[in-house]
Amino acid sequence: MLPYRIVVVALLAALLTTGCGNTGYTWGWFVVSPWTSKGQTNLQFLMSGLGWTLALAICAIIVSVVTGLLVSLLSLSSTRVVAWTGRVYVECFRSIPMLVMVLWVYYGLPVVLGIELGIFASGVVAIALCDSAFEAEIFRAGIQSIDRGQHEAAESIGLPWLDKMRFVILPQAIRRILPPLGNQFVYMLKTSSLVSIIGLPELTRKANELVVTEPRPLEIYTFLILEYLVLIVIVSMGVRYLERRMAVSDRRPA
Amino acid sequence: MPSNPLIVQIESVSKFYGSFQALRNISLSVRAGEKVVICGPSGSGKSTLIRCVNRLERHETGRITVDGVEINDEARSLAKIRSEVGMVFQSFNLFPHLSVLDNLTLGPMRVRKLSRAEAEQTAMHYLERVRIPEQAKKYPGQLSGGQQQRVAIARSLCMKPKLMLFDEPTSALDPEMINEVLDVMEKLAQDGMTMLVVTHEMGFAKRVADTMVFMDKGEMVETAPPATFFSSPRTERCQLFLKQILTH
Repeated sequence: MLPYRIVVVALLAALLTTGCGNTGYTWGWFVVSPWTSKGQTNLQFLMSGLGWTLALAICAIIVSVVTGLLVSLLSLSSTRVVAWTGRVYVECFRSIPMLVMVLWVYYGLPVVLGIELGIFASGVVAIALCDSAFEAEIFRAGIQSIDRGQHEAAESIGLPWLDKMRFVILPQAIRRILPPLGNQFVYMLKTSSLVSIIGLPELTRKANELVVTEPRPLEIYTFLILEYLVLIVIVSMGVRYLERRMAVSDRRPA
Repeated sequence: MPSNPLIVQIESVSKFYGSFQALRNISLSVRAGEKVVICGPSGSGKSTLIRCVNRLERHETGRITVDGVEINDEARSLAKIRSEVGMVFQSFNLFPHLSVLDNLTLGPMRVRKLSRAEAEQTAMHYLERVRIPEQAKKYPGQLSGGQQQRVAIARSLCMKPKLMLFDEPTSALDPEMINEVLDVMEKLAQDGMTMLVVTHEMGFAKRVADTMVFMDKGEMVETAPPATFFSSPRTERCQLFLKQILTH
C-alpha cells in the first residue's frame, strides 16, 4: 500500500516538473529550489503555514465530530421535537457554502451577536459547523445500521441508554463509518484553505502572499498542491491503520 | 410450588399493532421456581407476550407486574425489572466487538457496579456452568451457534436474574447444536430458576415444564400441566397443532 502511494506522488511530481503539455511553458522551479538560499527562504516561508493548517483541521475535526455525534443522537430521538431539532440543524448547515460560512462567522457574528472570535476561532467554528452537519448524517447512518437485537440485548441486561450507546452501539457503528468519516476528515483538511480569505497564515495564505513577491505562481501553487497531497496521504494512512486495528476484534471464525 | 410467591403476574393484557391485535386479553401467573413453556403456531403472539414481560414491547391494556413492580413507562421501575429479568434471544445477540468475557462482565460492572475482578469471577463461574470456560478470551464470531447461545445464557445469568425469558432459543441453531443448549436450560431448571420459555422443542417441554400454554391468534387457548396437555388437549386447535408438531 505504501509503495503505490509514493509512486503516485513521484509520478505526479515528475509530470509537473518536466512539463506534460506542448505549450512551451518553461518551469522555473528555482523559486522553490532547496539548493539555493533564495529557494530555501521561499520554501521555509511556504511551509511555515503548516502549523496553522494542521491546528485548524485538527480543532475543526474534534469540534465537528463531537457536534455531529450529538446532532445525530438528536435526530434519532423518539421524541418528535428533539428529532426535528436535529433534522433542522443538518438541513441548515449543510446548505451553507463553506466560503460564505467563513466570511459570515468572521464578519457577521460580531455585528449580529456581538461575538468576536478572532481569525483562528472563526475558521474552526465555520468549518466545524458546516462539516458537523455531514458528520451527523454519517453517524446517523452508522447507528441505524446496527441490528435492533443489539439494542434489545443491551436493554435486557439493564444497561441505561447512555451505557448502551457508549459500550454497545457506538463502538460497532464507528467501525462501520470509519471509511466515510476518514473521507470527511480529508475534505476538512482541504477546505481549511478557505480560511486564508480572512487572513489566517496557513498554507494557502502563505502561497498567496509569496506569489505577490515571486512572479512564479504556477510553481508556487503546484508546490502547494503537493503539500496538501502529502498531508492527505498521511491522513488516509492513519484512517487505514485505525480500520485495521479495529478489525482485529471483529474476527470471523477461521 | 403453589405457595411460592408470584414472580410474574399478567392480567388481561392486550396489544395492538395498528389495527392488528397481537395479544387478546392474556392472563398468566408464574410463581417462583415455576417453568412455563409457551407454544403455538408462528404469529400466535407468544414472542410478543414474553417480550412484554421486560418491556421490549409495550402492552396497551391490562397490567403486568414482575416481582411486585408494575411495568409502565417509569424509568426507575423499568431499570429494576430489566436487571432482574434475563432474556435469551433466538438470534443470540451477543456483542460482536467484545470478547466473551467482556460480554459477560458489561452488565454486572455497569448496572450492578461490581469491580472488574468480581465481575470476571462471576463470569467465569457461569461460563463453567454452561461448560465453555475455555472460550472466555474469544470473540462471538469465532464460536459456533450453540456456543454463542450458551454464552448468551451465561450473560443473562451473570445479572443473577429472578426470572429467565427464552424466546425460541434453539430455532436458529443447526440440529446438532440444539441439545447442548437444551441441556444447559434443563440444568438451569433443575437448579430452581423461574423460566418462561417459548419453544417448539416438545421433548424439552415434557421433561421440564410445570405448566404448558398454547397460544393461537393472540389468544391463550389452553393452559395445563404437561401430562394432561400432551395426552388430552381439550381444544381442537391445540389438538391439531400438537398433531402437526409431534408427527415427524
